[in-house]
Amino acid sequence: MGDLATTSLSIAKSNRKIEQIENDNTTLFGFWVYLMTDCVLFASLFATFVVLRNNTFGGPTGAQLFSMPYVLLETMALLTSSFTNGLALLSAQKRKVKQTLFWMGLTFVLGLTFLSLELAEFHKFARMGDSWTRSGFLSAYYTLVGTHGAHITIGLLWMAVMAFYIFKRGITRVSLKRIRMMSMFWHFLDVVWIFIFTIVYLFGALHA
Amino acid sequence: MLLSLFANLLGKLSLKQLPHDPVTAVGASMIVAVPILLAILLTVTKRWKWLYREWLTTQDHKKIGIMYIIVAVAMGLRGLADVVLVRAQQALASGNSHGILNASHFQQIVSAHGTIMIFFVAMGLMFGIINLIVPLQIGSRDVAFPFLNATGFWLFFAGMALINVSLVIGDFAATGWLAYPPLSELAYSPTVGVDYWIWSLEIAGIGSLMAGVNFIATILKKRVKGMKLMLMPLFSWSVLGSMFLVVFAFPILTVTLTLLAFDRTFGMHFFTSSYGGNMMMYVNLIWAWGHPEVYILVLPAFGAYSEVVSAFARKRLFGYTSMVWAIWAIVVLSFIVWLHHFFTMGASPDVNAFFGIMTMIIAVPTGVKLFNWLFTLYKGKLNLKTPLYWFIAFVVVFTIGGMAGVLMAVPPLDFQFHNSLFLVAHFHMMIVSGVLFGYFAAITYWFPKFFGFKLNERLGRYAFWNWLIGFLLAFVPLYILGFMGATRRLDHYSASLGWQPLFIVAAIGVVFIIAGVVFQFLQLVVSIWQRNNEGMSHKDPWDGRTLEWSLPTPVPIYNFARLPIVSTRDAFMAIKKAKLIDNRPYEPIEIPKNTPLSILIALGAFLFGFAFVWHIWWLVVVGFITTVLSIIVRSMDEHPTRLLSAKQVEKMEQSYKEAAV
Repeated sequence: MGDLATTSLSIAKSNRKIEQIENDNTTLFGFWVYLMTDCVLFASLFATFVVLRNNTFGGPTGAQLFSMPYVLLETMALLTSSFTNGLALLSAQKRKVKQTLFWMGLTFVLGLTFLSLELAEFHKFARMGDSWTRSGFLSAYYTLVGTHGAHITIGLLWMAVMAFYIFKRGITRVSLKRIRMMSMFWHFLDVVWIFIFTIVYLFGALHA
Repeated sequence: MLLSLFANLLGKLSLKQLPHDPVTAVGASMIVAVPILLAILLTVTKRWKWLYREWLTTQDHKKIGIMYIIVAVAMGLRGLADVVLVRAQQALASGNSHGILNASHFQQIVSAHGTIMIFFVAMGLMFGIINLIVPLQIGSRDVAFPFLNATGFWLFFAGMALINVSLVIGDFAATGWLAYPPLSELAYSPTVGVDYWIWSLEIAGIGSLMAGVNFIATILKKRVKGMKLMLMPLFSWSVLGSMFLVVFAFPILTVTLTLLAFDRTFGMHFFTSSYGGNMMMYVNLIWAWGHPEVYILVLPAFGAYSEVVSAFARKRLFGYTSMVWAIWAIVVLSFIVWLHHFFTMGASPDVNAFFGIMTMIIAVPTGVKLFNWLFTLYKGKLNLKTPLYWFIAFVVVFTIGGMAGVLMAVPPLDFQFHNSLFLVAHFHMMIVSGVLFGYFAAITYWFPKFFGFKLNERLGRYAFWNWLIGFLLAFVPLYILGFMGATRRLDHYSASLGWQPLFIVAAIGVVFIIAGVVFQFLQLVVSIWQRNNEGMSHKDPWDGRTLEWSLPTPVPIYNFARLPIVSTRDAFMAIKKAKLIDNRPYEPIEIPKNTPLSILIALGAFLFGFAFVWHIWWLVVVGFITTVLSIIVRSMDEHPTRLLSAKQVEKMEQSYKEAAV
């Protein structure tokens, strides 16, 4: 009888472990679904931008505003941060706390660099009198690029909270799951930026 | 600059914003009185703790479902009060008489009616029933993300609160329920009404998005072993289709509302009539959300009809596979018909023709569903109870309304009907019969599952007949008026047009609908009264076919003590027929702990929205920080669940068995 009880208890325990792994998979899946909703959100903003891009109402066009080397610098900062973020995930999978924190820190600095560059650019345009109130085109530009920037800001906040969590609790099943999700989020923002780079800046500069 | 933002502590808010005209004052005092009365009642009965522990902090999808429905019913009463005023105005305001409302007030009430009925009644009933039923039907112990689910509900609640606050402080949008620019831009709507509309829907919409993500993950990942997708009950299938639409459509709404808010608050030019704005972009965006939204509401109701028809015909559903394909055909097609809402925009004939044809094609899968339901009834042993009454009324009304829709799908004809009462009659016939009747049937059908007794049949039938007669009286005249040229949202018309008799008939229709609603409340009260009468209480009163009926009533917090064994469709019917007795040992079950953080997140969102409406910038920051901090605190919680041991589960199951005897 006692034997049976311990066996059923250990079965129950291993069942719970399987359940936990299944739950983690469900969470990652749910996060994918969320990313798809964000994808639709950006798609709507892109559509709006494309419709309004020539509505400059006498204000500046993209070609007059954008400096491509500057945008390239921004892009490099963000793409590199995606790389270091991947390294952070790899170290986390090896359960190396210090390494993970180091790569996360570097990702954070690069992300912050990107964000500062973007805000500086916004500030420069606004000081020249080309703020979002100037034309439909500029409203769409600031909103599309700014929404991406807002996502980066949330990502940075998330990264900071996560670093604190790992610092306090180490790399657990839960923190690994979250690092995976954050990694997905960060790569997603990278992909969105590639589209912004192409559709807003490259096409904008081409349409002189 | 930052200082100047904070200098004006109350933004645009002042005492002048309280209502002055008598009609609004009555409405406003009711909005204020209801929470106060509730608070007094809770204090007198010493139930605050109970409310907090059992409801406000709960993560249990069944309780959340019930709260959705309570909010939806309360909002239904408000939407009904709005429509009484609208019908009274239109019945009276002909020729020299100007009725009871001034033009601006009338427009606000029409907008509020539409907004509330779609976002807080139809969506509320839908999410309520989904929460109650889906996990039970797929044999799951919980939804995929209980915290996200609870947060989604409280955001829905926050949006509802905001729209009701607009009745007390300030005003509401006088722009129609979709607030087309340039009318909804600051230049033409300078008061806060449109801002209330924006932020109420923005917050509730994000809540819906969360629910959408949650239920996709729930249905795809949490089904019990053995329940392959093609064995899933049709209600759950319909919900899956509907939630896919939510996930792909609601972000568009979020963007559209945000852009309009940016125009109004920050002086941007997305949809303004100058500075390079493009108002037709708004109309495209809002309908790219809005048309799928119609199917978001109607698909779960179709699913409920599928369950009802098969249970009350005592037969398995006819054409299961074609039903599933019809759902997915509707999901895909619903994204390529949005332009039929504005054929008059001036797009090229080719564009109009494409959308016209797509609109006609989407009627085909809907027709497939109707025929399947009718074939299910054919040669069934009909158990002719109220849910089936609602269904039969739906078939007739929906077909008439649907044919009017196909008529309007022809672009040249639509140029005649656009913006007329013909259209208003059409979409009410679709939504009231397709959605509302569907959820009435669903509630009558599933009520005993959660409360342990059936709803009174006779009063249910009285309610049904009053509803049906009232509904036809209210909307058939609108078709005729539409043909005669009456446009929608008319606050006054010339006596020489001869429209008044028809408007009076429509108003009489509303009186019957009110009688129907009164009977529904009587039905509830009398049913509670007679709940112990013979034949009323029963665990499985309709000889149900799907897993939810296998559970004890009320359903335990963990739903299934032993996960059911599923190998066929209509799994519970198979278990009953095989007379299976399950005596596997109980196992420990993990359940989510209660937490107040969902409410705090929603409270932050409410403050954020309210502050944005009134430009109280410091409060915007406070609201934002409240939400973000609550999320961070939640992420630090290491033990969001607790474990019920096998012994506890056994004990709880035992108590349910005793209660059932």
